[in-house]
Amino acid sequence: MSGPNTDYDPVEVTPLKPEEVEAARDAALAAIAGAADLEALKQVRIDHAGDRSALALANREIGALPPQARKEAGQRIGQARGAVTQALAARQAVLEAEHEERMLAEETVDVTLPTDRVPAGARHPLTTGSELIADIFVAMGWEVAEGPVIEAEWLNFDALNLGPDHPARTMQDTFWTDPPESGVVLRTHTSPVQARTMLTRTPPIYVVCPGRVFRTDEYDATHSPVFHQVEGLAIDEGITMAHLKGTLDHFATAMFGEGITTRFRPSYFPFTEPSAEVDLRCFVCRGVDSQDCRTCRGEGWIEWGGCGVVNPRVLTACGVDAERYTGFAFGMGIDRTLMFRHDIEDLRALFEGDVRFTTTFGSEL
Amino acid sequence: MKAPVSWIRELVDLPAEVTTEALAARLTDLGLKLEAIERPGDQITGPLVVGRVLTMEPEPQKNGKTINWCTVDVGAANGTGEPQGIVCGAHNFAPGDLVVVVLPGGVLPGGFEISARKTYGHVSAGMICSARELGLGDDHDGIIVLPADAGDPGADAFAVLGLDDEVIEFEINPDRAYALSLRGVARDAALAFDAPYTDPTDRELPEPDDAGHPVVVDDPAGCPVFAARTVAGLDPSAPSPDWMVRRLTQAGMRPISLAVDVTNYVMLETGRPIHGYDADKVRGALRVRRATAGERLTTLDGTDRELSPEDLVVTDDSGIIGLGGVMGGATTEMSGTTTRVLVEAAHWDPVSMFRTGKRHKLSSEAGKRNERGVDPTICGAAADRVVELLVAHGGGVAEPGFTLVGSPPEPDPIVLGGQLPARVTGIDVPVDAAVRHLEAVGCTVERDGDTLTATPPPWRPDLTDPFDLVEEVARVVGYDQVPSVVPTPTGGRGLTRSQRLRRRVGRTLAGAGCVEVISFPFTGPAALDALGLPADDPRRRTVPLANPISTEEPSYTTTLLPGLLKAAARNLGRGAAGVSLFETGTVAFPSDAGPAPIYGVEWRPTEAELEKLYDALPAQPLHLAVVLAGERERAGWWGPGREAGWADAVGLVRRLAAELGVALTVRAASLAPWHPGRCAELVVGDGDDQVVVGHAGELHPRVCQAVGVPARSAAVELDLDALLRYAEDVVPGPELSSFPVAKEDVALLVDASVTAAEVEAALREGAGDLLESIRLFDVYTGEQVGEGRKSLAFALRFRAPDRTLTEQETGAARDAAVAAAVARTGAVQR
Repeated sequence: MSGPNTDYDPVEVTPLKPEEVEAARDAALAAIAGAADLEALKQVRIDHAGDRSALALANREIGALPPQARKEAGQRIGQARGAVTQALAARQAVLEAEHEERMLAEETVDVTLPTDRVPAGARHPLTTGSELIADIFVAMGWEVAEGPVIEAEWLNFDALNLGPDHPARTMQDTFWTDPPESGVVLRTHTSPVQARTMLTRTPPIYVVCPGRVFRTDEYDATHSPVFHQVEGLAIDEGITMAHLKGTLDHFATAMFGEGITTRFRPSYFPFTEPSAEVDLRCFVCRGVDSQDCRTCRGEGWIEWGGCGVVNPRVLTACGVDAERYTGFAFGMGIDRTLMFRHDIEDLRALFEGDVRFTTTFGSEL
Repeated sequence: MKAPVSWIRELVDLPAEVTTEALAARLTDLGLKLEAIERPGDQITGPLVVGRVLTMEPEPQKNGKTINWCTVDVGAANGTGEPQGIVCGAHNFAPGDLVVVVLPGGVLPGGFEISARKTYGHVSAGMICSARELGLGDDHDGIIVLPADAGDPGADAFAVLGLDDEVIEFEINPDRAYALSLRGVARDAALAFDAPYTDPTDRELPEPDDAGHPVVVDDPAGCPVFAARTVAGLDPSAPSPDWMVRRLTQAGMRPISLAVDVTNYVMLETGRPIHGYDADKVRGALRVRRATAGERLTTLDGTDRELSPEDLVVTDDSGIIGLGGVMGGATTEMSGTTTRVLVEAAHWDPVSMFRTGKRHKLSSEAGKRNERGVDPTICGAAADRVVELLVAHGGGVAEPGFTLVGSPPEPDPIVLGGQLPARVTGIDVPVDAAVRHLEAVGCTVERDGDTLTATPPPWRPDLTDPFDLVEEVARVVGYDQVPSVVPTPTGGRGLTRSQRLRRRVGRTLAGAGCVEVISFPFTGPAALDALGLPADDPRRRTVPLANPISTEEPSYTTTLLPGLLKAAARNLGRGAAGVSLFETGTVAFPSDAGPAPIYGVEWRPTEAELEKLYDALPAQPLHLAVVLAGERERAGWWGPGREAGWADAVGLVRRLAAELGVALTVRAASLAPWHPGRCAELVVGDGDDQVVVGHAGELHPRVCQAVGVPARSAAVELDLDALLRYAEDVVPGPELSSFPVAKEDVALLVDASVTAAEVEAALREGAGDLLESIRLFDVYTGEQVGEGRKSLAFALRFRAPDRTLTEQETGAARDAAVAAAVARTGAVQR
């Protein structure tokens, strides 16, 4: 390396000649353009922009120039080095992009290969269906009440105005625990949860009770000794059948879509008076040209459940002031509701545990 | 209840344009629910005509049968007016008789097309019909012979046979017993169409006297009214009139004999069950009393029954001759030789009827009506109607005398606010309209300002409360008038914590590839044996059912595993390579505090009484169970598959605990049905509060074999209620250090019997507060570590909240951790 040219000595240094600088620059640019890959470019960088490159060496000589020559030489060399650096960066970018493209191309896989190493799980449609129902009511400000499935006879029957000699008591074919005098049954409906709620809470009460119930039915395509019900109970001042109708209409619409409402027909349940059967407007044919509809079998309506105004006798037995409060209650089968909502032909499919059935419902919210 | 439309129209003068559909729909709106409309003639296409037999020539055939070659006058119905030649196999008719002829071109039930065809050497142009061929009953002994005045030859036979009559079948709710009669159905039809109504029990009756058959009622509470009449001189062979047979058949009752048919007919007409005795077999006065213990009776179904002191019986001098209101006895039964009939129309206590019917497992049309409540005021009228029909059609004479014992109970008046119907239904019903509607259903109403006193009619024993009357008003106004108003609760609290956590449990397990199953919660000794439960296992102490579906599964279950294992085996049997199943459901363990008391309903039980009730119920914890059987991970392009094992089961529980924020401790344990060396007990809580909530691991090989799942299948069962109690409620936010982490690995040699959890716990405790995490990353057994030993390698991460740790600090913490492990587990650092 030359030492600093402290004394004025206007000697021209060869590498600082403009044509030499241009030649070095052009050589560098040509080499850069000719670099075929990143490896070659790396060598070009060392050769033409490294410490030993012509331009680097020239740069070092600038200091040796007389002050009046330094500026011009500095500018010339600086420009040349700048051009080389730029060209290097540009070529680097191009080559990197090419390299990346090639590498990515090489790494291509068949993304359509299966990826189901662990098979999918699913919750049961009765679970998700019950949750959907609960959510509809919770959104209305109701709460979800629960109770035991093995229940006191008094709560399953007597407290609900189904006295020991009530004909309706034998209509519900009951599983009794042994001995039958134990006063303990498998609940035949979720209504004892209503009784428990009234016994422990003070009105206003707005609860739905989804749950498992039992009757000694034959097990076939439409009956099961174990099935599921949802019941609702509202106790408040000024409650009327109109509130019952409004609630069920809202429920039907939320569950089956806009325009699907309900109708009432007079019926009989010991725990309600007046009592009604509630029919759901068929959500498939919507009551139009029903004759060919297989969901409602031409009726335009689907039998959905029972409901009514809570019998004041029930309120009294459960400690609710029947003078001050009125209430309504309703109940329907969840299994049956899901059967027609999902067009399930055979109820037993719900209880067989065949994963092919249940995983079909894995997407149910 | 099946009601022929012609019979309804006989009692109510409905406008002719009212269709059967409209009638059924309006009655459904009033609470008599349409089940089906039957049209007996639906399956027949004409021509079906009245014919007069002109000639009949018996012609014996080679096959031993004799056929009749007949000519039948069918008027102009055949287009020619010439007699029709028809071959007929029946013999119960003669020339001159009127018969029913289906002409060629007609179609009978079953799609049976009639054409002129050659048979037995004649061209038979049509068919003379039997009742069965027309779908009118089972009678196939011969063809139908019409009464002489049935019509002219060639007349349409549809109307003559009642084939154009439609029958509406109703489902009658238990409170509407009045509608188990034409009288009641017609009354509601009259209400529906505001049409004139004739009450068939509205008859001129003779004055009761002492001239009739003597009756003594010892138990007026059980039998408040007893009416008796006698008809003598009956022709036992007199047939029931065709119209009666037809109506009984339409109503679903089998015609038997005139005397029986008449009692059934009057029951259908009035709703009042009637009993007929063969009067010549009755010895002395009829007496009504309760049976005494040990007495027996052979009822007319031939069953010998032991009677209860609660049963109401009818006796004569010979002893008990009937189970009052439920079924007669064999000794006084009417038969084919009966010429004198003693007619009983009595009102019986419904509760007693219900209990007797249930006790003796007797259900009959009469019992159904008696136990639901019949109008007590019509006993005399019903008996009189029976007498009228027996005299008219049996050639008998009414013997003098009309016995009528007792008097009908008076309905209690009901006081209600006139606004109540509006207040309960939400329909705008003014008080005067409410009065009108109550009167329309037969109530007598007195109005004092806005207070109404309504006395129900005698045929409505179900009307006892103000709300019963509200329903009557509502059904008359129409349930379709109820407005739709969504109530506005004052704000709910959303799902409970437990409800939200349970949803999370399901989602976590489904996310881990498990499919939810819902199985029946019943079990029995065989299923528990298959699990290998020892004799004293608490899971063998089940809640037994008095009437299980299957004797194999006589109890409510104490474990969810049998149901899940059955489902797993079923899936594998249907071709699945592996299944991961879970179920959440209640199990039950018996209570020793039973029986559960039965309280009254007039007031709320006290807290103490309710406690006693709740204590008598079995404990019913919510369980969670998982079964992993066969392939857990599939084989694929990524490599081989993997069978489920103990680690999957324990892993699921750990994942669940993490999702729920439960600090879970896994300990080695041994419990059926798990493999004794591959069973983990799942512990929550700490210190004195530690609770074993369940178990997980590999199933015992014998269990796998017994239930039909692959060896090494794994399972979990835990008390979900207990687990959820330990779920973190409000999670405190963590403070995160941004200083660098220091990592240290340690390898420790321990006895094979020492568990990884024990070593980890010792390391954790020894390492102190600077330890951020610890993770076992390798387990090694083999020659290098020696027989009965294993090497456990742990990765420890240290970090301080306020500074970068020095090497010395980290080293000291690591050494302290190792020292603790050495001291507590006998570990040796490698």
